[in-house]
Amino acid sequence: MQRYDYDLIASWIPERSRVLDLGCGDGVLMAGLAATNAAVGYGIEIDDGNVLASVKNGVNVLQTDIESGLASFEDNSFDFVILSQTLQAMRNAESVLNEMLRVGREGIVTFPNFGYWRHRLDILRGRMPESKALPYKWYDTPNIHLCTVKDFEDLCVTVGAEILDERVLHEGRTVSILPNLLGSLGVFRFRRKP
Amino acid sequence: MSDLDPRSVGAAVAQRAGFLEPLILKAGKTLASYELVYETYGKLNADRSNAILVCHALSGSHHVAGFYADDPKKVGWWDNLIGPGKAIDTDRFFVIGVNNIGGCHGSTGPASIDRATGKPYGAAFPVVTVEDWVVSQARLMDRLGITKLAGAIGGSLGGMQALQWTLTFPDRIGHAFVIAAAPRLSTQNIAFNDVARQAIVSDPDFHGGNFYAHKAVPARGLKLARMLGHITYLSEDMLMEKFGRVLKRSELGFNYDVEFEIESYLRYQGDKFAQVFDANTYLLMTKALDYFDPAKESGGNLARALSAARAGFFVASFKSDWRFPPQRSRELVKALVASKKAVTYAEIDAPHGHDAFLLDDARYHQLIAAYVDNIATEIGVGDRAAPLQLAKGEIEEMSAYASERGGA
Repeated sequence: MQRYDYDLIASWIPERSRVLDLGCGDGVLMAGLAATNAAVGYGIEIDDGNVLASVKNGVNVLQTDIESGLASFEDNSFDFVILSQTLQAMRNAESVLNEMLRVGREGIVTFPNFGYWRHRLDILRGRMPESKALPYKWYDTPNIHLCTVKDFEDLCVTVGAEILDERVLHEGRTVSILPNLLGSLGVFRFRRKP
Repeated sequence: MSDLDPRSVGAAVAQRAGFLEPLILKAGKTLASYELVYETYGKLNADRSNAILVCHALSGSHHVAGFYADDPKKVGWWDNLIGPGKAIDTDRFFVIGVNNIGGCHGSTGPASIDRATGKPYGAAFPVVTVEDWVVSQARLMDRLGITKLAGAIGGSLGGMQALQWTLTFPDRIGHAFVIAAAPRLSTQNIAFNDVARQAIVSDPDFHGGNFYAHKAVPARGLKLARMLGHITYLSEDMLMEKFGRVLKRSELGFNYDVEFEIESYLRYQGDKFAQVFDANTYLLMTKALDYFDPAKESGGNLARALSAARAGFFVASFKSDWRFPPQRSRELVKALVASKKAVTYAEIDAPHGHDAFLLDDARYHQLIAAYVDNIATEIGVGDRAAPLQLAKGEIEEMSAYASERGGA
């Protein structure tokens, strides 16, 4: 899958930042941030194959469950905590967000926008959405907590997060007109409200 | 295994190094002189940057890989990991196995002759610690012309040594592989060790540790110690799967003879071990385990204790290991992260319990191989000559037992 959010994330991260990438997959984002932004930090991953791929990509990867394993990280111990296209697979998305706010100075979350027009159209037609952003059958998907851009804005209010930057992308381009309808990927940067 | 096996380091030759410079031990005592036996595999490169030290655990030795020309069945204890094209690739790395001081495989230990008395040390052999071993290993590296290790690797007590290397000699080690280990033993672990020690010291043949003079061997005590240890090195599921409640005979005997297969297996393992291992060494190794606690001098703050380290860390645990469970490795990882160290941590879903670190598991070996390849890139010793080949069809100890006995 093309990760359109990676370039945007990289543009937000100053050099030599300490970064924690939750659900780092094959580690490509962390490896890129290390190469281009001289970032240091760790990827968190639960899947054996992804852990191996991350090691092969030279990433410091910790095999831990995001939903139980963040307790071992100290408060404000990272400049950025990233959750890239993983929120929707979390059992308790709210507590993960709270943990991100505790561990990092800033958080970055990206997620497939359920409000994207094709998804809405699928629903209108009486079907669960399937798209490039949501490439799964409803009965065989890791995604259990899908949300729209507006829903995520609400969750930020609920957990006391101040949104610092908010973009909605479609195939790498920022969508500025009717983003919650025309964009397929939400990208948020936030911090705990001072 | 034979000379023809392209994945074996081939016939290994044990070497011996004598050290006349006294070794001042943590116990406050001094070892005036000592010898270390070791083996090496692969070639040290021109800039002497490709050395990986293998640290052994309780019952291990310097014979890590390959076999002996005069005893081809005596295969190194980590042969499945180390060799040409294996995870620790001897085509590119120079690998050193060393028997620790206090051991019973050739290095100076309790059974060695004390030059001061002309008799075996026995009970007079000082208690040595992980820190002492690391210092003695560093002297061997000096002897071999190795200023800085590319890495040190070990499981269990061996992992503790790899970890200690990063603290005692932060500038002399690039990476530490700390596998199925712990930053210090749990209460339960110390308790197990003490039962093992009590089994040995209460054997009438122990003679307060001076059994050599009595031409005796506390084999019963050592056997019990090993039987207890062995149970804790395996997972409950593994024991159940391998032995279940299978009886040696078709019916219950209503007596105290060997009846269940597991009894037979443990006694066999215990007897075998007691024939070859030294009881004083067993005591000493368990004490070294109990004493290891790098955080102690930092008021229990492990992260602070680790701050001196400059190495990269590869930490791994096995989900079914209840002697050194993942939780203990996570404590280490947490402290390494808090101390801002480079660390990779894998929690491997292998069923074998603590012994999994010695066994051949594709996920585990692939991870080590990938990490070793990164070290190779870092020190510039190139890529693998051929793609990684994972060991397969290697005989596990329990299967070997089963075949020896004509099937479990």
